[in-house]
Amino acid sequence: MEFGPHLMLAMLEGLVQASVLTLTALGLSLVFGVMRVVNVAHGEFFMLGAVLAWWVTSMIGGSAMFGFAIAIIVVPLLVGLLAAIADWLILRRVEYDPERTIVATIGLLYIIQQVTLMTYGPDAHPVPPPFNTRLSLPWFEFGANGFEIYFPWGLSTTSYKLFVIGAAIITCLGLWFIMSRSKLGLILRATQLDSETAQAFGIPVERVYALVFGMGAALAALGAVLVVPIQQAHYLMGADPLLLSFIVVIIGGLGSLRGTVVAAILIGMSDGVISVFFSPTLAKILATLLVVMVLIYRPNGLFGARTT
Amino acid sequence: MNKPLVLHLGLIALLIVLQFVLPVYHHGVLARVLVMATYAMGYNILFGYTGLLSLGHAMFFAAGLYGMGLSVQHLGLSVGPAFLIGILASALLSLAVGLLALRTIGVAFMIVTLMFSQTIFLTILYFNSITRGDEGFVIQQSVRQIGRLDLSDPSTRYFSALALFAIVLLAVLWLVRSPTGRVLIAIRENEPRAKMLGYDTWRYKLAAIVMSGTVAGTAGAAYGVLFGYVGASFAQVPYSIFPLLWVLLGGAGTVMGPLVGTLFMFYLIDLSSAVTDAYMLVVGVVLVLLTMFARNGLMGVVRERWLKWLP
Amino acid sequence: MAAVNLLSTRAICKEYGGLKAVQNVDFDLPKGEVRALIGPNGAGKTTFVSMLCGRISVSSGVIEFEGRDVTALPAHKRISLGIAYTFQITSIFNNLTAYENVAIAVQGRLGNATNTLDAQTINALTRVGLESRSDQTAGDLAYGHQRLLEIAMGLGQKPKLLILDEPTQGLSDSEINEFKALIRDISKETTILLIEHNIDVVMSLADRITVLNFGEIIAEGTPDEIHTNAKVQLAYLGG
Repeated sequence: MEFGPHLMLAMLEGLVQASVLTLTALGLSLVFGVMRVVNVAHGEFFMLGAVLAWWVTSMIGGSAMFGFAIAIIVVPLLVGLLAAIADWLILRRVEYDPERTIVATIGLLYIIQQVTLMTYGPDAHPVPPPFNTRLSLPWFEFGANGFEIYFPWGLSTTSYKLFVIGAAIITCLGLWFIMSRSKLGLILRATQLDSETAQAFGIPVERVYALVFGMGAALAALGAVLVVPIQQAHYLMGADPLLLSFIVVIIGGLGSLRGTVVAAILIGMSDGVISVFFSPTLAKILATLLVVMVLIYRPNGLFGARTT
Repeated sequence: MNKPLVLHLGLIALLIVLQFVLPVYHHGVLARVLVMATYAMGYNILFGYTGLLSLGHAMFFAAGLYGMGLSVQHLGLSVGPAFLIGILASALLSLAVGLLALRTIGVAFMIVTLMFSQTIFLTILYFNSITRGDEGFVIQQSVRQIGRLDLSDPSTRYFSALALFAIVLLAVLWLVRSPTGRVLIAIRENEPRAKMLGYDTWRYKLAAIVMSGTVAGTAGAAYGVLFGYVGASFAQVPYSIFPLLWVLLGGAGTVMGPLVGTLFMFYLIDLSSAVTDAYMLVVGVVLVLLTMFARNGLMGVVRERWLKWLP
Repeated sequence: MAAVNLLSTRAICKEYGGLKAVQNVDFDLPKGEVRALIGPNGAGKTTFVSMLCGRISVSSGVIEFEGRDVTALPAHKRISLGIAYTFQITSIFNNLTAYENVAIAVQGRLGNATNTLDAQTINALTRVGLESRSDQTAGDLAYGHQRLLEIAMGLGQKPKLLILDEPTQGLSDSEINEFKALIRDISKETTILLIEHNIDVVMSLADRITVLNFGEIIAEGTPDEIHTNAKVQLAYLGG
């Protein structure tokens, strides 16, 4: 394939990855924004989303479409609930102290990962996509006969991948709507700005935190459910999304949802493109170094909240 | 009577005696524990005494390990000089990382150390041709000799590990009771106050990072020399989490804590892995319980309840 | 001969965004004086003093200590030149003993020559009356004793200039009387700058008083002069 179409293919694949990354990173960003804690177990909630999706679709017979439809609703709710319980039992106890939360969520990471290993096993299992029509994509050229459109062999995507991108967009819009227009969003933003005052106004801060922690995990799980028909479900699959979400949230600015979305698209796309044309390892090296530089020289990220 | 010194010398004596008393299987485990406890003691200097939580110490361990290993493999050096190069490599890396990471505080510091460590790990993988990447490489038994001492012999290996441990233990004991150690503790307790007492806290923190990283690297180099294997797994995130776990369990900010924690976890994991593949579950549960209920760790509780003078 | 100025500022300003917390302050503190800095809440006293000891940077202006320009010097360097500062909100090492708290302060000046560390630490604790509590954990001390501990830490540094930020806040009357006696004792060897709201303390301790309002000096003089100054009365009564 020539360079042009190849690049477009890489960008499309990148866009799919970016969509999933956006959802996952939004979950992490929401938790940090409102609760001011870093959840190291975030990748494991992602992994749980994928594993539970496999479990649900295997349990429910019938068509792939039906099983998937159930999974996409039920699984994020389940994972969210689990996360909320973890917050209530553990994080509340350590009083959301930054250092203790990191240690506790590291512990949680191992617990979730290993329990999955014990029950689901060490193998990867696929989940069939609900629909998967191959769509050839056109490419343009100014050739000998003037402006031409043709369909290069290999330049294609699937209807499912487009669905993933669409689902991510809809979720983002939904989240934006909730945060800016609904009463829940108002409560969340108030708690983020000043939890003590919020409490004085009767907002049950600890319950809000449990809800937020659950929402963060649910978003990651949703991203995983979307990606699992493309990728397989494996008990170690949480590590990469965790690292990438971290990178996205920091570069986008801790506490800024808008920054997270922009950074996720940029990083998801460039990770995809660099991985295709160079090596994935190199892409990751560049990404981690970028995070370091941002933290050191622009600690507020691109859009970060101006808090010290 | 210098109670702390006597206590710690007593510990070393006990460890010498164990060599003659324990079955051979345990020699190997204990030798490993002693090297890892040295790593943990290095970590404790920064975390337990200065109050800085690094999530990337594996990079320092790996710097020592690979500095030594690559010198043997590619420069043809014998283990003695190679060991020193390993130490030097980790010292330089910790200086570089310290200079950059100290521009951040709190959570950002933790993330920066994590990211640097990831970068080192990925770099090891990337330069596959030199480092053999994930697979790693072996340091032949024939190379692991110093003079007439065969370092792969279980007894020699044990005593070498013990010698390393003992030297670092006594050095840390001296450090934490010295004026410098007191300043590090002051920084941990209340940095703004320490600054307003005239201390250049940045310089002290940098020194702590370099000391901590160098001890970690020394343990790494020693591990390669004594156990003959150099691999990228030691540069990965779990090996940054382990020293945190060991120190928290044994008692952050105590000199003997790291050994206690390392020993405990080693045997706990040994027992668990006999039962299930998912033995890391134990690590997870212990971490959660520790940070929820027992932040002072085992020796911390001992110090609080019974031995107030325990350093 | 005019008294030597230990500390001087020229046109010191501190701005936060558009807010001028301190404006154009010229301040001279002669050696050996006990100077009180008073003013209504929000007048800029703590901001001014924080600039003096280097906790916050100046927006513009010059600070001189013993004739030397220290404006750009970081806090810890100024401390080692001989300035000691006690925080408005008690800031001690809560988990260390009273002895260890003062020892760290003393060590800061002694560096590695620590053979007199113990003697000087005990001395500082004794002067404030805490020697019997030297093994107590600082966080467990009563509030008044914690304030005294901070002063002991200041003493341990044997400073040329001791800056006290609202030291009597929260103290009982008897504790305040003991405090006054202590300061009179210390003032024999140390220049003292005192931020205070307690006018009785100010009147009985200060050689001179500087009055700050809205970031500017509105009056300066002896206690009697200030007492009768119309501008000062206005500032405190509002309007």
